[in-house]
Amino acid sequence: MPPLLKIRNIVIEGQTGENWEPIVKGLDLTLHKGEILGLIGESGAGKSTLGLAAMCYTRPGCRIASGSIVFDGQELFGMPESQLRNLRGARIAYVAQSAAANFNPAHRLIRQYAEGPVQHGLMTTVEAEANAVAIYEQLLLPDPENIGYRFPHQVSGGQLQRAMVAMAMSCRPDIIIFDEPTTALDVTTQIEVLAAIREITARYDTAAIYITHDLAVVAQIADRIMVLRNGDLVEENDARKMLAHPQQSYTRDLLAVRSFAKKALDADSEVILDVADVTASYNGQDNVLEDISLQVRRGRTVALVGESGSGKSTLARVITGLLPPSSGSIVFQGEELPPAMKSRRREELRRLQMIYQMPDTALNPRQKIRMIIGRPLQFYFGLSAQEQEQRTLELLAQIELPEEYIDRYPTELSGGEKQRVCIARALAARPALIICDEVTSALDQLVAEGILRLLLDLQRKLDVSYLFITHDLATVKAIADEIVVMRDGRIVEQGPRNEILTPPHHDYTDLLLSSVPQMDPDWLDNLLAEREAA
Amino acid sequence: MQQWHFHPVVRLLAQRIGLGLLTLWVISLLIFVGIQLLPGDLADAVLGQSATPETVAAFRHELKLDLPPHIRYLHWLSGAVEGDFGRSLANQRPVAELIGWRFGNSLFLAGVTALIAVPLAVVLGLMAALYRNTLFDKLISTSTLSVISFPEFFVAYILIALFSVQLPFFPSIASITPDMGLGQKLYAVFLPCLTLALVVTAHMMRQTRAAIINILASAYIEMANLKGLKRMRIVVLHAFPNALSPVINVIALNLAYLVVGVVIVEVVFVYPGLGQLLVDSVAKRDIPVVQASGLIFATTYVLLNLLADILSILCNPRLRSPR
Amino acid sequence: MTSGLNLLLSAPLSARLGMLMVLLVLLAAIFAPVIAPYGETQIAGDVWLSGSAQHLLGTDNLGRDLFTRLLFGARNTIAIAFLITALSFLMGTLLGFLAATVSGWTDQLLSRIIDILMAFPTLIFALMILSVVGTSIPALVVVIALLDSTRVFRLSRAVAMDIEVMEFVEAARLRGEGLWWLMRHEILPNAMPPLVAEFGLRFCFVFLFIAALSFLGLGIQPPTADWGSMVRENAGAITFGIYTPLWPATAIAFLTVGVNLVVDWFLHLASGLED
Repeated sequence: MPPLLKIRNIVIEGQTGENWEPIVKGLDLTLHKGEILGLIGESGAGKSTLGLAAMCYTRPGCRIASGSIVFDGQELFGMPESQLRNLRGARIAYVAQSAAANFNPAHRLIRQYAEGPVQHGLMTTVEAEANAVAIYEQLLLPDPENIGYRFPHQVSGGQLQRAMVAMAMSCRPDIIIFDEPTTALDVTTQIEVLAAIREITARYDTAAIYITHDLAVVAQIADRIMVLRNGDLVEENDARKMLAHPQQSYTRDLLAVRSFAKKALDADSEVILDVADVTASYNGQDNVLEDISLQVRRGRTVALVGESGSGKSTLARVITGLLPPSSGSIVFQGEELPPAMKSRRREELRRLQMIYQMPDTALNPRQKIRMIIGRPLQFYFGLSAQEQEQRTLELLAQIELPEEYIDRYPTELSGGEKQRVCIARALAARPALIICDEVTSALDQLVAEGILRLLLDLQRKLDVSYLFITHDLATVKAIADEIVVMRDGRIVEQGPRNEILTPPHHDYTDLLLSSVPQMDPDWLDNLLAEREAA
Repeated sequence: MQQWHFHPVVRLLAQRIGLGLLTLWVISLLIFVGIQLLPGDLADAVLGQSATPETVAAFRHELKLDLPPHIRYLHWLSGAVEGDFGRSLANQRPVAELIGWRFGNSLFLAGVTALIAVPLAVVLGLMAALYRNTLFDKLISTSTLSVISFPEFFVAYILIALFSVQLPFFPSIASITPDMGLGQKLYAVFLPCLTLALVVTAHMMRQTRAAIINILASAYIEMANLKGLKRMRIVVLHAFPNALSPVINVIALNLAYLVVGVVIVEVVFVYPGLGQLLVDSVAKRDIPVVQASGLIFATTYVLLNLLADILSILCNPRLRSPR
Repeated sequence: MTSGLNLLLSAPLSARLGMLMVLLVLLAAIFAPVIAPYGETQIAGDVWLSGSAQHLLGTDNLGRDLFTRLLFGARNTIAIAFLITALSFLMGTLLGFLAATVSGWTDQLLSRIIDILMAFPTLIFALMILSVVGTSIPALVVVIALLDSTRVFRLSRAVAMDIEVMEFVEAARLRGEGLWWLMRHEILPNAMPPLVAEFGLRFCFVFLFIAALSFLGLGIQPPTADWGSMVRENAGAITFGIYTPLWPATAIAFLTVGVNLVVDWFLHLASGLED
């Protein structure tokens, strides 16, 4: 049987200024009926661009330069727009990363569901709406009879994502392209959406291209995997074979990314940060943090884990004094810190530094690295310009960046390099404690791993402590000495890493831990079976 | 169900209306206090050095200048609310009588202009946005950019030179009288209307274009494309409902601008409107007339801005049906 | 420096044309006393003469040389408009940045005051104030700069708010930096592109505004040469088929079109740099 979709030697270019530069460099892709193909790669791999090309669609500023896209015996490349329109949505559908942005805010969900089948002449409005309810039910959306009559902003993120999967299914297409559909979701929500996608594609024998940066996610879904890098193919194989026997070193690196773990250290160093019974709120009424107590020891890392809305970033704001708590105390190196940042002394501010999630916005784009790292040296230690330069060069060496970077602007650096500069800026103050707020979650996995290793290395050399805020349990394993699990503004469980990570767990910790996708292709099946049984 | 849906919008509207009323009150206060700050005594300023003490006293009594300021403010404000603005210093006629038909004339001019300019600007703006970066769009963008750079009187004189001097089709002086028929009136205001329409259309069109381009760049429009919908359907059903709120805002703001823009055009064409009266009265220092026409202009402007706010709140789907 | 030059060379035709237009007017303004064939208020011939070798563009309603008056008019009008724009930016950005960085009730208070001032139609407001304080040049400068600074305040506050939420500002705050550092070193450099573009637009607006006021007889007073009042003084000629008033009107349009062409390119450039 001929393949459903056959892309051959496709070149897609993107416009930078006046020039067209290749994003996808002559790739082949073959998809059979009912097959799920995983496209994996880091940012800039060209995976989304290639996925959209399956519909013969390019984003503004991109174009298909050459190649062939044969779908069900028809050549799509060069086909008039009006004929492509008959295929799009009807036979090839698309599911985007952000459902919130991709649903039209002005229309109810069910209307947007019915629009495709009605416009493509497949169903009447009444049929389509009845059909929508059936699909909503199959995707386990709550209250399937009525949920369609809500507006997009009235539905939660995970549910909206499933509603978009439903919408893609509305015309019973031959192929659905899933473009990072779970990346923006919490791990526990991700499971629901992954299960929904698997269930519905299997039920209707729909072929799919599943695009993601997360190899463990794609392992649960895909029959076959293509690993892409910078618009080129690295490796292509059956999913199980690839996970068991990766051929290329790049794939091996991607597979190994979650496997390193910090050596356990004894817990007997002195306590430098003691947060006691802290309660805080933004409006004076609803507490976003309640009775939080935790301790950080010298030269150790405490990981603060929780999903979005758990209050972990709020706790960072409280400790730094940006949000004064309504009660409780914060003792830092033996002295009680004033609750508000404004009443803290310069010396107190110096010893507590912060690194942020987005290195792009954490560095002033109009300041050179010289000034970004030099300013804390001048501000806290009053160093002269010459002393600043010397010390900045030492710091650059510590974060493994070349000396000539001192005269560069942040925009001339890659994401990982920028995050290193953020680390250097924090180190410039010679702090006792650094709060790391999701510092690796905006980075590609291999780059993130480099940052984690650097942080560990610096901790060993400088005896600095970290309060490490993250939603990613793999990161926790790699870096933490102690773990604090938070949910809805409260601490659920806390203790030394090995104690928390070995059963028996607290119920919520168990839910979090079990929801982290593993590289095992049977992981999702086993998990769902397990949860079914319980 | 409807009721709790309604709630936040009502609160938001009440807020806007409250702020609008507050603004109007502050404006009335500013206008009143401003005039009080006139250097020297108003009576001396108006009557001149040669006035006898009796005439000055009579004048002060006439204007109630002998009363304390806050009493005068209340008098003036309560009078203004009832439509009584006192008498003109220049010719002793009641201000309300002077202003009445002139304000009507100004509204006529602005109204006719709006009828031409609004549909034209919205359609052109929509087309420029849809056919972005085509020759049509570039042509329209460049010409509107030029028009908004021109002072209104430049456009007016060019039109006079073309259609009144070179080709004597239309009068260069737009004089209208109360007993003229609609057709005659329209003929008389042709050139001032055209001037205003050109300027306002240019502004409105550029803003409409920008608003629609902004919407067309959204992810849900790409999704509509990927669902294989027809271009027309995407524009009408997916872009338009979301563009409504910003476009209505643009229209109302430009109408407000139009109300003020009439001042210059009225002076160029010697049109008997409120704007010309204001300019004349400022030159003559006819204070009651300045106060009254200033207040009327400001009120119209504030109300139109308020209308823009209210309509754009009502058109916003997210605000209309909250969580 | 060379990159700035390259940028200029890479500018599209429309922007280069705009720069040329602005440059031409600026040169005329600077060298007015050198170029002008007659004195600013010198009566040099008959009334409303048409263009000739003696009078390049003819004469005005009092028989003064129109070309001379245009040159001096450029000087006066541009200088005053520039002064007003600079003043309004000084006040507007300072207060706007302050409102955004301090936030809280300072921001609330400032914003509400500005809201109310902005709800007032500028031209009407200016007319009324000028009817009270009289039409001297200092009064004109202060009144228009004050009114105009409300617009600058709104923009700079909005721009500063967008920058303020970025973590590098929070990082500077946490370091313990004062208000001045935050405004001067963290916010200002990032707010420059939109502010520079706005400066061009505001300059055009102020320039047109003064011209309009002068045209209404309430701006710069005779016998000082000024483009707006020159239109007014000669307005009567148009009905006789004499196009004298079109010259100063064209001059106004020429400069504003020039500035707008440059600003348009700059805005395009600034938005392109962001993504």
